[in-house]
Amino acid sequence: MAEEDDIILSELDDEELVQQMHDDLYDGLKDEIVEGVNILLGRGWTPYDVLTKALVEGMRIVGIDFRDGILFVPEVLLAANAMKAGMGVLKPLLAETGAPRLGTMVIGTVKGDIHDIGKNLVSMMMEGAGFEVYDLGINNPVENYLEAIEKHQPDILGMSALLTTTMPYMKVVIDTMKEKGIRDDYVVLVGGAPLNEEFGKAIGADAYCRDAAVAVETAKSFMARKHNRAIAAG
Amino acid sequence: MTNALTDLLATREWLLLDGATGTNLFEMGLMSGDAPELWNVTEPGKIKALHQGFVDAGADVILTNSFGGSRYRLKLHHAEDRVFELNKRAAELAREVADKAGRKVIVAGSVGPTGEILEPVGSLSHADAVAAFEEQIEGLMAGGADVIWGETISSEEELRALAEAAANKGAPLCATLSFDTAGRTMMGVTSRHYAEIAPDLAARPIAIGANCGTGASDLLRTVLGITEAAPDAIVIAKANAGIPKYVDGHIHYDGTPELMADYARLARDAGARLIGGCCGTKAEHLRAMRAALEGHERDGRPSLDEIRARLGEFSSASDGTEATGEGAEGRRRRRRG
Repeated sequence: MAEEDDIILSELDDEELVQQMHDDLYDGLKDEIVEGVNILLGRGWTPYDVLTKALVEGMRIVGIDFRDGILFVPEVLLAANAMKAGMGVLKPLLAETGAPRLGTMVIGTVKGDIHDIGKNLVSMMMEGAGFEVYDLGINNPVENYLEAIEKHQPDILGMSALLTTTMPYMKVVIDTMKEKGIRDDYVVLVGGAPLNEEFGKAIGADAYCRDAAVAVETAKSFMARKHNRAIAAG
Repeated sequence: MTNALTDLLATREWLLLDGATGTNLFEMGLMSGDAPELWNVTEPGKIKALHQGFVDAGADVILTNSFGGSRYRLKLHHAEDRVFELNKRAAELAREVADKAGRKVIVAGSVGPTGEILEPVGSLSHADAVAAFEEQIEGLMAGGADVIWGETISSEEELRALAEAAANKGAPLCATLSFDTAGRTMMGVTSRHYAEIAPDLAARPIAIGANCGTGASDLLRTVLGITEAAPDAIVIAKANAGIPKYVDGHIHYDGTPELMADYARLARDAGARLIGGCCGTKAEHLRAMRAALEGHERDGRPSLDEIRARLGEFSSASDGTEATGEGAEGRRRRRRG
């Protein structure tokens, strides 16, 4: 649309540009996000500030409207894709500068389940919130989860299922972790359309997350608690 | 154009649909993660017993065991090259039971979503989706399905692909969406929007409606939305029997036969003519629903308050069909210009 083309991102001051990037994330405008990221970097912003102030904050707004039923999966996927494009620019720079990560997560859809829409959303929103995410994809037997948590030593394990036929498998994973005595080393979050809070409790998960936005909030609050405990202990 | 379903609808006010496939197959020993569709070949006796249980409980329409029978879903079980065989067998098994019922029973060929996201948001092309649905529909029709029955669909793109496939194969179509996210489908479709686009689909559905989702109250709110937007449509209501709970290693739905019976009456009052149950619905629920519908004098459209009082709270305050209409409109836009 012509009038939208009239916005010249490079002519906006920092504050306006960040606001504009929040809007562009909301509208899923990938190219504009990459451009905005590059402009901020060019103005001397640290990669970490670009990530948190422009991208993470923008995705937080998207998350709120998703949670409140104003945005739906297609819009959130577009927003997440735009964020991912911006992350593509930032990721190598973040690695170089050793920017702090909020935490680490291993996530995957359980055995027998090929549905990954919800899981991908959580994965992208968690990345958007500043977590390191290792995505195991679909159809994961318990061995895959064990191998990945051994390898990546995450703070959080996330499991997803869209079918009533596959959701009981989450308990298989949690029970196996208990047998191995490693259950309490990780925060286990579960989600998926047929699940509910009671189910999460019944199978021994730390929390059920209704949607990707709630998953991010829940993950953050567990990380804050972990941090506080560490301080108290230290 | 008439077919077995429209013929039966011409003689009856309402028809009872069947209950849950997954829930009941679990009780027969299906393991979490296994493909129910493979049982059409390995455990045909159990699939027929499932259908028989529903027919004995009074179902007029039974859905084939083929929900995950598209190549995209069967791929997980390395059975993507068995689409025709598994779907044909699914229809044949239901057909055998239906033809021995001693009354008219319709065989509806169940088609669930591919599990993929269609373009432009996702990567599955419209043409590939149409081809996958055509393949599944061919098997179902070859096995004797009377009608193709799309279920649990959430995206408009996928619905359009399914309708096109049905049109290309000359198959009669019914289709229900799953409105499970604040009264809309996961992809944001409202009940009103579905009612508005249905007449112009490549294959105009004989009946439209809702299945699964988040409980009977929400589903009836959706039915009210559809019947308000399309008063002449034949409407389907197929609600879950309550909420899934985890009991002793199994998923158990907490809706009682009494609750489902009351849901059936309210569904009729809300304007649905094809009424059944989705996840958690067993033969005992269906029996109660049949008795309820037979003894029910159709009443006026229930209010949301009445639905809430009789079936329980809604999962969200609104379902996106309020005056503003246009739903997923972003509240912020690229500014300046």
